[in-house]
Amino acid sequence: MIDELDQIFVLLQHWLASFLPEPLRPAASALLGVAAIVSIFPALFALTTVLERKGLGRIQNRLGPNRVGPFGILQPLADGIKSLTKEDIVPLSADAAVHFLAPVVLVVAVFMGFAVLPMGRNMVLVDMDAGLLFYFAIGASTELSVFMAGWSSRNKYSLLGAMRAVAQMISYEVPLLLSSVTVVMMTGSLSLTKIVAAQNQYSYGLPHWYIFTPWGCAGFVMYAIATTAETNRSPFDLPEGESELVAGYHTEYSGFKFALFFLGEYLAMFSISGLGTTLFLGGWTAPFSFLTWIPSWIWFFSKLMLSIFVFIWVRGTLPRLRQDQLMNFAWKFVLPMCLLNLMVAALWRFMGEGWLRWLLCSAILIAAYAALGLGEMRRKHRGPRVYRYAE
Amino acid sequence: MLGEGILKGMAETAKNFFGSYFSAGRLTTVEYPEQRIAPFEAARVFPFLVYDGADWEAGLRCVACQICEKECPPKCIYIVKSADKKPDFVGKPQFYPARFDIDISVCMSCQICVEVCPFEAIKMDTEFELSTSDRFGGLLHDRRQLAKSNEYYNRIHPSEAAGVDARLSEEKAKAEAKARAATEAAAAKAAGQGA
Repeated sequence: MIDELDQIFVLLQHWLASFLPEPLRPAASALLGVAAIVSIFPALFALTTVLERKGLGRIQNRLGPNRVGPFGILQPLADGIKSLTKEDIVPLSADAAVHFLAPVVLVVAVFMGFAVLPMGRNMVLVDMDAGLLFYFAIGASTELSVFMAGWSSRNKYSLLGAMRAVAQMISYEVPLLLSSVTVVMMTGSLSLTKIVAAQNQYSYGLPHWYIFTPWGCAGFVMYAIATTAETNRSPFDLPEGESELVAGYHTEYSGFKFALFFLGEYLAMFSISGLGTTLFLGGWTAPFSFLTWIPSWIWFFSKLMLSIFVFIWVRGTLPRLRQDQLMNFAWKFVLPMCLLNLMVAALWRFMGEGWLRWLLCSAILIAAYAALGLGEMRRKHRGPRVYRYAE
Repeated sequence: MLGEGILKGMAETAKNFFGSYFSAGRLTTVEYPEQRIAPFEAARVFPFLVYDGADWEAGLRCVACQICEKECPPKCIYIVKSADKKPDFVGKPQFYPARFDIDISVCMSCQICVEVCPFEAIKMDTEFELSTSDRFGGLLHDRRQLAKSNEYYNRIHPSEAAGVDARLSEEKAKAEAKARAATEAAAAKAAGQGA
């Protein structure tokens, strides 16, 4: 019974496909999987928008939306109707074809990332041997769509936003990859299902998640920072900083195309949180060995929503960074830490079992963090602000 | 230590987030159409005309002197003086406004009309829900719409209205005393002539 509940979606897929003649079945089950992903994640997006607005409201001691439906839960419906009925304005001087393609490219690319994410036991659309590589290759093309949007709009704000987006995403792509590489080093595989399987062991009732190792913890922190920047979330929301750039690269988008951008951004957040869950938080595995009877997909989506909550929490807390701070942080702090983490992971791998590797690896990472942090803090000039040019 | 400030900030926002569910004092939002705050006594929105007694037309304090019309900076008041006269609150015959219109889409709520009125006839209202679907006629208030009783004035601006009432009754008493003295003098004179 519990096993069936765990596999309910897989069984459902097989059952539905079994109505078709034999040769059509593989294609049909693939289509069913795609349909599930394409319907579940936008639904999650709708839910997240309203929860985010309510959560941010509570963080600022406001009520948040509470007018549409009970507790404002139908707000996304109203927003959706609104964005669908709005006029779709394309600027006269815009490159119409690229302007139209940009949101489509974004959403398609982001959806493709979900294909390799294991969302539960046996619940992965395509079990690729190089799943992680595929994910990052597809994920990198979202940068292209952002730049397409900014460039084709022929608007200075759009272009500035797109420039910032590309600079930021390329800078943070490096630590994102480097922090994930440690996981690949440990698992010895690029396949996301194998990465989850490697973490699906328990000793003393506790799981072997990579976050519970020194290199995994450091890697997860770097990964979280890099994903926040990759998905243009606050405090790294420079590409769409509304106080400086109107709306950044999607300034010239309205109606449903704007909604697609919005959807794409949130889906990117979901998929990259899902990847982080898979890499460091044990994917669909339970946090304690006595909780393994709870269906695996519940664990995956709980971890996903927890990550989203942290994203919202961070958004409600931190102000936006300046461009130079963003770049300095990426190249002078996150990147060295990631490179060091690679060494530490190698050390961990070759020191063998024992408490000594825990001590040594933690000490190296903490010392590096403190040293880099102190260096950063020392360089800051505290005191009254001096304006060199604007007086 | 690097990152300390971020943790402090996160703790602060978490406190706000959870605190808003437990302490009512944190949420200061007034959900307007259902919940309302009583307007402050000094609140002012648009002017209205005060009348005494039960009949709004007979009791209008306005004597159509047109000072407010002249003083109004955006010129939102339009007054037509009557041909005949009616007795005011002390019984003295006065002109009255045959038309008194205020265009509230033009009015800037400056209260200058109230300041210049020598007859305490125009005061500031606290009613603010004046939106209408008719943007031309609906926003031009005539004297029937503008006339509001002195009791209403006492209700919305109690202390200010009490002062006005005291002054007016004093004035009325003075006028009555004068009239009585005049009639007495006339009577005495008549008696003296008779004798």
